[in-house]
Amino acid sequence: MKYILFFGIALTAFWACDPGAPRPLPILGERDVVNGDTVYPTIPDFSFVDQDSQAVTNATFQDKIYVVDFFFIHCPTICPKVKANGLRIYKKYENDPRVGLLSHSIDVKNDTVAALKRHAEKLGIHPERWRLVTGDHDAIYSIADDYFSVATENPGAPGGFDHSGRLILVDKYRHVRAFCDGTNAKDVDRFMQDMDRLLEEQFARR
Amino acid sequence: MKVFRVLSAVFLFLFFGLKCQQNPYREGARLYQVHCANCHMDDGAGLSALIPPLAGSGFLKTHRERLPCILKYGLKDTIQVNGKQYAEQMPGVPTLSAVHITNILNYIQTSWGNQEQPFRLDDVEALLEACKR
Repeated sequence: MKYILFFGIALTAFWACDPGAPRPLPILGERDVVNGDTVYPTIPDFSFVDQDSQAVTNATFQDKIYVVDFFFIHCPTICPKVKANGLRIYKKYENDPRVGLLSHSIDVKNDTVAALKRHAEKLGIHPERWRLVTGDHDAIYSIADDYFSVATENPGAPGGFDHSGRLILVDKYRHVRAFCDGTNAKDVDRFMQDMDRLLEEQFARR
Repeated sequence: MKVFRVLSAVFLFLFFGLKCQQNPYREGARLYQVHCANCHMDDGAGLSALIPPLAGSGFLKTHRERLPCILKYGLKDTIQVNGKQYAEQMPGVPTLSAVHITNILNYIQTSWGNQEQPFRLDDVEALLEACKR
């Protein structure tokens, strides 16, 4: 009897501080309770057009986790740094079909499909893995809110747009799970660890 | 009295001379962070085929005379850097003074393994005169 009690205590202690089981990433945003069920904020339906004139929708990222940002091509400030860090992420997961990248242009007037195509080629990225999209002005600006990112037109800002350099991580159930400052290489290192944790959580070991 | 003046000059020269030796182009580094690093990156690597590198860039040698004007007024033509073409426009920073430009250029000329001859202020002033708007 004594031994069973001891075993029980030892087992509880073992579970309580098992360092091998990291806590899952949180689901970000305000949750609701509907009929006793907790409802987490999700990314709404969207439909944009990528650098190859292909439609990009939620279905494009089905069974994938994906990284989101907002940018514009003739951005004189933070975009190149965010793109450089995006390229690091792209290169790390280049051959991993479970990961996608999605960059929204917030300059719908100048960043046409042709301009996005040229930009993608110069970045040297594969369209299957990294979509540069444009689309309806309001749809893009409103989905930035759903990703907890900032995108506004501001004639006073350099280049005419004000936006955050955030990279946002979305899981395969359309929940935002992590973000980082895309201009900060160290923060992006941490973000890539978050991506690994999310892959571990959402996909069976291969 | 004259001895005094000469001595002050010598001390001032030593003071600034030594200070500069300890930390060459610190002001240039600061200005580089503000005006250049967003695109050319902290390590001067540039970005893919969009933004040319400054680290190890042959363009610094071959187009030395153009550099001050490029910083001030930007660049519109397609350029060749280390055998690769770059066609994106570079915005200039017209508010930079000749002193700013000298400092930035000398930081670039001597960073990330670059070992170009530094610019003198009067060189930069003369070169800027040529593209004055």
